[in-house]
Amino acid sequence: MSEHYYNSKDLGKFGNVADFQKEMGEKFFSYYGEVFKDSELTAREKSLIALAVAHAVQCPYCIDAYSTDAFEKGWSQSQMMEAVHVACAIRGGASLVHGVQMMNKVNEIAM
Amino acid sequence: MKSLKAQHNILADAPSQIEIIEHGQKGDFILVPFQEKLEQSNLYPLKPAHVETFQVNIGKMCNQTCRHCHVDAGPDRKEIMTKETMQQCIDILQENEQLTTVDLTGGAPEMNPNFRWFVEEISRLQRHIIVRCNLTIILANKKYHDLPQFYKMHKAEVVSSLPFYSQDRTDRQRGNGVFEDSIKALQMLNEIGYGKEETGLRLNLVYNPAGAFLPPLQQSLENEYKRELKERFGIEFNKLYVITNMPISRYLDYLLTSGNYERYMEKLVDAYNPVAAANVMCRTTISVGWDGYLYDCDFNQMLELKVNCKSNHVSGFNAHTLKSREIIIGQHCYGCTAGFGSSCGGTVI
Repeated sequence: MSEHYYNSKDLGKFGNVADFQKEMGEKFFSYYGEVFKDSELTAREKSLIALAVAHAVQCPYCIDAYSTDAFEKGWSQSQMMEAVHVACAIRGGASLVHGVQMMNKVNEIAM
Repeated sequence: MKSLKAQHNILADAPSQIEIIEHGQKGDFILVPFQEKLEQSNLYPLKPAHVETFQVNIGKMCNQTCRHCHVDAGPDRKEIMTKETMQQCIDILQENEQLTTVDLTGGAPEMNPNFRWFVEEISRLQRHIIVRCNLTIILANKKYHDLPQFYKMHKAEVVSSLPFYSQDRTDRQRGNGVFEDSIKALQMLNEIGYGKEETGLRLNLVYNPAGAFLPPLQQSLENEYKRELKERFGIEFNKLYVITNMPISRYLDYLLTSGNYERYMEKLVDAYNPVAAANVMCRTTISVGWDGYLYDCDFNQMLELKVNCKSNHVSGFNAHTLKSREIIIGQHCYGCTAGFGSSCGGTVI
């Protein structure tokens, strides 16, 4: 175990997770590959979605991978930042919408 | 911006460049040698296949100073092919019918004062002509405004760099104002029929990554380029060639100064593809330098790695001995074998 929980070089070892559980690992990577192919959504569009989700789940490996991938696929810096704002708005909104629950509770118990 | 040569930068010296490419800036950067990869792919020594493209660099002078240029071309470069050397090239074409395509490059090849004469002579020999036109040259001076008509007269295929369909990325790589002028030039080419399927006048664009990353899939990007350029500017073109930036000259300088060199090289090595290696362009091309020396490709030319052959100049061109030579390789060759491969005609798979 290294001194740090996260090491950027570990991203390149992602495929190694199949070493400990081959069948599930292979199924996952096959599925993963299929998901990111051009289909009803283009691979380019999916890359931007992945970038936003990467920020929502705050995965440094995913942010590294999809910042590179989205930029390679031609999204501009401002488009990529807008995608991050979408993730931020949903995360922030998810907290804030619970404010309604808080209001409901307070209204229930307040005179 | 001045060329590396005008700045007396160490990267303007070919042997110093090779040293860095092979061993890194501090001499301790170790990667799997390209030769080892070729051996594993049963491709070493790398030999020519059917040589059909005669690529001629007719000068390093250019009206632009692009940040990624592996030629280190620019307005301050004075190396220009003479008419005598051009005549030697014409003689070679006359004697070697298998050289069906002549690919003219630079710098901006149009800035060579004998460019038009050279094209007319090649056209007389009924060879397929490719001109690597940077687009902005067409608008750079009144004397170049009729270049589209000239290309059309000789049915030349025009291959032009347009790093992206947006101004920001294009100008960042090629200089301020380049995108706007490139769009105008493309519209001029379209007006006389270039880029329209029915005319047979081929207009192909070239994409280079504007940074330390590899290009995306050629077909997907071509679809986007076609849609965006048509919608925004009414521009049509035939094919998009996706080209990987080679760690040579100004792009190498960018990689080193931005701290991306080692990561980029590792990326190229990780993406090595034996199928791409079997289809590299040096197997079907002979590259001629402005001074008439022969090279395996344009990249070896910039590293001054002449063909490994007794006759290494147009004055002693011998197709037979060239065919049996071993192609000179180095760590820079990983640039042509990454992913779907890269060549002057885009991906190779």
